[in-house]
Amino acid sequence: MALRIARGPASVVLDLDLPPKGVIALFGPSGSGKTTCLRLLAGLDRGQGEVRVLGDWWQDDSRALFVPVHRRSVGCVFQDHTLFPHLSVLENIQYGKKRSRDPERIDTDSVVELLGIAPLLDRRPDSLSGGERQRVAMAQALARQPRVLLLDEPLAALDEARKKEILPYIERLRDELSIPIVYVSHAIGEVTRLADHLVLLEAGRVVASGPIHDVLTRLDLAGTLNEDTGVVIDATVVAHDGPNELSQISFDGGTLWVGGIDRPAGAKVRARALARDVSLALERPGPSSILNVLVARVTAVRDEGPDRVLVGLMLDGGHVALLARVTRRSMGTLGLRAGLTVYAQIKSVALFA
Amino acid sequence: MIAEFLSEADAVALGLTLKLAVVTTAVLIATGTPIAWWLANTPSRHKAWIASTIALPLVLPPTVLGFYLLVLLGPNGVGGRLTLALGLGTLPFTFAGLVLASSLYSLPFVVQPLQNAFEAIGPRPLEVAATLGAGPWDRFFSVAVPLARPGFLAAVVLGLAHTIGEFGVVLMMGGNIPGRTRVLSVALFDHVEALEYADAHHLAGGMVVFSFLALLALHSFRASPRPR
Repeated sequence: MALRIARGPASVVLDLDLPPKGVIALFGPSGSGKTTCLRLLAGLDRGQGEVRVLGDWWQDDSRALFVPVHRRSVGCVFQDHTLFPHLSVLENIQYGKKRSRDPERIDTDSVVELLGIAPLLDRRPDSLSGGERQRVAMAQALARQPRVLLLDEPLAALDEARKKEILPYIERLRDELSIPIVYVSHAIGEVTRLADHLVLLEAGRVVASGPIHDVLTRLDLAGTLNEDTGVVIDATVVAHDGPNELSQISFDGGTLWVGGIDRPAGAKVRARALARDVSLALERPGPSSILNVLVARVTAVRDEGPDRVLVGLMLDGGHVALLARVTRRSMGTLGLRAGLTVYAQIKSVALFA
Repeated sequence: MIAEFLSEADAVALGLTLKLAVVTTAVLIATGTPIAWWLANTPSRHKAWIASTIALPLVLPPTVLGFYLLVLLGPNGVGGRLTLALGLGTLPFTFAGLVLASSLYSLPFVVQPLQNAFEAIGPRPLEVAATLGAGPWDRFFSVAVPLARPGFLAAVVLGLAHTIGEFGVVLMMGGNIPGRTRVLSVALFDHVEALEYADAHHLAGGMVVFSFLALLALHSFRASPRPR
């Protein structure tokens, strides 16, 4: 996927090459151009440039080519998505399926099953809860047999409980579907939980774009992410400490203890460690209340203002990176510099499972 | 039953009035729908004066509109010469002329409810339809029309009722030819002039009842919750 678009006098400038699979998150504060980006991709808005999706040209100004929305193979779910109120849930889902010119690549029955909306098919949209409505909207978009699914803040209008209810469904779609999902959000929690590829936007410009592990471990982006600076770690459940409500997860670089999770050994989970929750020591700490201590090598230190620095770390094994935010005073005391081996203590690990 | 209340001439006028109302309303839905859709969606800077022109019959005395139409479409008017050249004769004092005049006169009563209904839909349902593969015409008929249903109902009721009730524009443009242009309101005027108050009562009372029932139907539909 490629998107090279300028819109208005330098209001949005996008130059993106996106992977053909997985969840691609467009993340940034309000007004950063995320939704515009999605609308340009879908053809709902028009800028100057080119849009190419999985080999299909949707816009190329050099050839005066602009494929109208209804001929682009996209499925869209909006934040305030409107199902057609004059149609039943089933008719809503069939609306796009009937009009699709694409080969059937997504089995609608399976999607209905996957999203748990089989019991809702005869209902009218105005009798659905917000969460149910968004799940039906996803089925509607997918029944159209799109080559790419575009989700524009699909959870933003829902309360926390509903978000928690829907996120697993989106994870299932990510794992089961063979089409890419472009996910627009200003909620870092959703993004770090779902995304494989992260595009950071700020004031209509792309600040960074790449695999989520690469983007989140970049030291130069902390100014954009602020308190949300931190890495995600993909791991596997290895053991449970039932009596103490703890679970152990393992990844290429060590193991971590996390709050007990209801997943069997072998299950894939994603954990998130914020830079502000990682502290460093030169020697292996003695008995401590902190459960997670990992051996790491300092890769870089970056100034973050007069009082603190951001430290890039590479864990044993050389594949998983970590970030730690420490005071400038600690940097001096420990003599932190690239190449130094340290013990990283992680005060808390958030787990998405 | 009608014969007990109405003279044969009045029955003819009633038939003509109903025919005029139905034809005019059909013409208005056909022409008013695209105009209303355009007004609801256009970013054009011409929108203001076009909307004002369409709304003019709301404030003008109908005789003004009738007078200009008569002059314009008469044998010496621009429109009249055109229809003569096309071999259509002249429109004043014909049923076709009445339909044209009534359509112009009732246009705002059809365009405004439709425009309001289209505007109330908002862009989102149509965007959703577009991303689901529906082209512009498909979106219009499968989404905009069903969602604007209350607007269409109001447009039809107001179009019918207003056409049946008009007088000035009809008299100017159509005159008073029995079976061709003599509609109920004109027949009523004749009865009053001839001091035939009993006949006048039947026509006037009938029109009050009809108009009330039409508006009652409209308001009850609006007041009832959306059908599920």
